[in-house]
Amino acid sequence: MPSPMKKKLVLIGLLAFALPVRAQTGGELHFCLHGEPKTFNPILVDDEASENIRYLTGGVLIRLNRQSQALEPALATSWSISRDRRAITFHLRKGVYFSDGTLFTSQDVAYTMRLLMDPETHSPTGDAFRSGEGAVQVQTPATDVAVITFPAPIAGLERLFDQVAILSAHSPKKEMAVLGPFYVADYKAGSYVLLQKNPNYWKHDSQGHALPYIDSVRLDIQRNRDIELLRFRRGELQLINRLDAEQFDRLRQDNPAVTRNAGTGLDAEELWFNQSQVAPLPEYKKAWFATKEFRKAISMAINRADLCRIVYAGYAKPAYGPVSPSNHFWFNASLEDPKYDPQAALRVLAPAGFRYENETLKDRAGNRVEFTVVTNSGNAAREKIAAMIQQDLSQVGIKVNVVTLDFPSLIERITRTFDYDACILGLVNTDLDPNGQMNVWLSSGENHQWNPSQKTPATVWEAEIDKLMREQAAALTEIERKAKFDRVQQIVAEQQPFIYLINKDVLVAVSSNVVGASPVVLNPAGFWNVDTLRLGPSPELGVQK
Amino acid sequence: MKSRGKLRQVCAAVLCVIFAVGLFAGTVSPYSYSKQFRERPNATPSLSHLLGTDSLGRDLFTRLVYGTRVSLLLAPAAALLATLIAGILGGFAGFLGGWFEKLILAAADLSMALPLLFVLLALRAVLPLDISPVFSVIATFMLVGLLGWPSSLRVVCAATRDLRNADFLLLARAMGCGRWRMIVRHALPNLRPILFAQFWISIPVFVLTEATLSMLGLGVMEPLPSWGNLLRGLEDISTVSANPWRLTPLILLILVVICFQLILPTQEETA
Repeated sequence: MPSPMKKKLVLIGLLAFALPVRAQTGGELHFCLHGEPKTFNPILVDDEASENIRYLTGGVLIRLNRQSQALEPALATSWSISRDRRAITFHLRKGVYFSDGTLFTSQDVAYTMRLLMDPETHSPTGDAFRSGEGAVQVQTPATDVAVITFPAPIAGLERLFDQVAILSAHSPKKEMAVLGPFYVADYKAGSYVLLQKNPNYWKHDSQGHALPYIDSVRLDIQRNRDIELLRFRRGELQLINRLDAEQFDRLRQDNPAVTRNAGTGLDAEELWFNQSQVAPLPEYKKAWFATKEFRKAISMAINRADLCRIVYAGYAKPAYGPVSPSNHFWFNASLEDPKYDPQAALRVLAPAGFRYENETLKDRAGNRVEFTVVTNSGNAAREKIAAMIQQDLSQVGIKVNVVTLDFPSLIERITRTFDYDACILGLVNTDLDPNGQMNVWLSSGENHQWNPSQKTPATVWEAEIDKLMREQAAALTEIERKAKFDRVQQIVAEQQPFIYLINKDVLVAVSSNVVGASPVVLNPAGFWNVDTLRLGPSPELGVQK
Repeated sequence: MKSRGKLRQVCAAVLCVIFAVGLFAGTVSPYSYSKQFRERPNATPSLSHLLGTDSLGRDLFTRLVYGTRVSLLLAPAAALLATLIAGILGGFAGFLGGWFEKLILAAADLSMALPLLFVLLALRAVLPLDISPVFSVIATFMLVGLLGWPSSLRVVCAATRDLRNADFLLLARAMGCGRWRMIVRHALPNLRPILFAQFWISIPVFVLTEATLSMLGLGVMEPLPSWGNLLRGLEDISTVSANPWRLTPLILLILVVICFQLILPTQEETA
C-alpha cells in the first residue's frame, strides 16, 4: 500500500512529465567540432570546423533557409539582379552594428568583396565568384546601398552570398568583429572554441526579443566520434551534428527521444570504373569499362536496398543519380529508378558480347570478367559495401577483388597513376546548385573521376554534358538552367559513369533540454537555427547520467 | 618440473586441436566463409549459426575456423622465413666477426629503427591490385617474415660470437677443421635451441602483426577471414558488451599466444 507521501511524489513526477519543457533564455550550448578550425577569417574558410564557426559568427547579406531551401533577406533587406546577371544591388539593413560596436555600412560590403576577390587572398569562397577576365566592381552610392558588378554573368549568383560573411572595414578587431549571432570569445588550440552571444546581433524574434536566446556556445575539439557519443550519453554534450548509422541506431535503442533523422542527405556513395586512356590496364579491361552496357549491367546487379538495410541499418536510401531527392529544385524526378535484377543485367550484357557460362561471365574474347575494387581503409561502411557488391556481382559470374588502401595511396592511384580498375568513394555535396559540381561534370575537371582532366571530351556524351553544364551556368533563368541540368542527369543515368549506390540519411542527436531544434539535411544540420534555440530548465542532459 | 611437462602437453594438445580445426576447416564448418545471409545480419548464436553472424550476415563460426587456418598456417611460415634469415645472417656475422658483423648489425639496427607498420603500409600500397585474396594473404605474411628478422638476428649473432671462442671450436680449428665444416658440424647444432626458441617466439608476434594490419584494413583481403579481420568487429565496445560471443577470436588468439609461450623451453632448459 503506497504511503500518501509516496503518492504525492508520484503525482509530482507525473506532472513533471506531462508539462512541456519550458524554455528559457541564457545558458551554454555544448557540442563538438570534429577537427581543429584552420582559420577564424571567414574569407579563408576551407574546412568543416571553420565553416561551422563562420556559420555561428558570420553575418551574411542573404541567408539560405536550410529548412525551406529558399533564400531569405539577412543583412540585405532586399536585392535585385540586373537582366544580364552581371550586377547585383543590395539594400542594406540600417542601424546594424558589429559585435564590437562598429556601424555596418555599404563600405563593409565593398571591403569584404575586395578582400574576397583579391587574388593574393586566395579565398576559396571567392573562387565561386570568378566568372571571367576582369575585376569585380563595387559601388556604394549610399551607406545602405551596395552594387556589385562582375565581369561576366554568374548563374545562381544570389545563393553564393550565403557563404560571404561580411567583415568590418573600420574595426580594429578585424575579422573578429562579426555580425552573426555569436563572436569568438576564447580559443584554446586542440581543446575548445568558446563563442559568446553578440550583444549587437540584428535579429529579433516575433515578440521583439533579441536573439540569440543562448548566451554562449562551447565547441570542444574532438576527433574521436566514440568519445563524443560517450560524452553525449553522460550529458556533457547537448548535440551531435552528424552521427554514423551504427552509432545512431545504438543511441536510438537506448533513448529514441534524443535521436533525430533529418532525412535523406545530399552526400552519396558511388562506384566508378577507370576509363582513363592512359591507365596501365589491359586493353580488354579498358574495353569493358568503356562499354555502356557493362556499366548499366553492374548497376542493375547491385542490390542497393540491401546496402541501405545492412550497411546503414536502414538510415540511407538507394541512389540512382547525382542529385539527391532532398535537393528539391534540382532533382530530376522524371528519371526512372533502375530495379535490382541480376537476370536483366545478364540480358543487357549479352548484346555487348558477354556470355554467362558455368557461373562465370566471359567477354567476346573469352576473358573472364574479373576486376578489383579499391576503397580507403578504415571506412567500415565502404568496406562492407565492397564486400556486398562482391557477392552481388558473383551472381552474374563476375569475380570482384576488394583492396583497401590508405587514403594517400588511394588518391595517388585515382588521380595520378590511374593504376586501378574500379573505386568506391563518397561524394560530399555541400551546395544545392549544380555549379558546385562543375569540377565533376566538365571533362576537363580534376574531379571528373572516371577520366579526369581531358583535353577534349573522349566521348560524345561527355561533350554533350560539357556543353549543357556551360549553358546552364550562363542561362538567365532558373527554369532554363533546370532544363539543362535535367538533361545532364538523364545522360548520367543512361551512361552510368558513376554508379550511384546510396544517399545517407542525416542523423543528429539532440539532448531533450534543447528546445527548438529541428535538424535538416543541409549543413549545419543540427544547429542551422542556432539563434532561436533555447535551453530548457531541466537538469537532464543527454541520455543518461 | 613434472607439472611444467604436463602443462606443455596440455598446451601442445590445445594447439594441435586448433591447428587440426583450421586444417579441416572445410569439413568442420557448414557454410562458405563468404556466404552472406542477408536476412540474418548480426544474428545471435543459434544451432544454425553457432557463434551468430557478423554485420553482413556471414556465419562467424565458419569465418573463425577459416581464419584460424589462415593465421595459424601462415604465421609459422613467416616465422620460419624470419628465423632462417636471422639464422644465416646472424650466424655468419657472429662467426666471421670484423667488418661483416658490423655491417649486418648496422643493417639490423636500421631495420629495427624503421617503423615496421609504415613500411608494410607502403609496401602494400605498391603491390599490384589485381591479385587474389589468397595471394594477398601470402604476400602479407611474406612481407612480415622478410621484415621480422632483425631482433632474432641480434640474439643469434650474440650466441654465435660466444661460440666462436668456445674451447671445442678452438680445438676443432687446431685439428685443421675447415671453416664451413666448423659452421655446419659444430656451430649450427649448438645454435639449434636458440633458433628454435626464436621461431616459436615469432609465431604469436606475427599473428598479432597480421591482426594489427587487418585492424587497419590492410591485412588479409575480403572476403577471406583471418583472426586479424575478425578482431575488427571488437573495435566498438558497446557492440562487444551486447554480443559477448564476438570475443571468441580474441580468446582464441590469447589462448594460442599463451600456449606458444608455455611450450617454449625455459632458459635453464636451453642452457
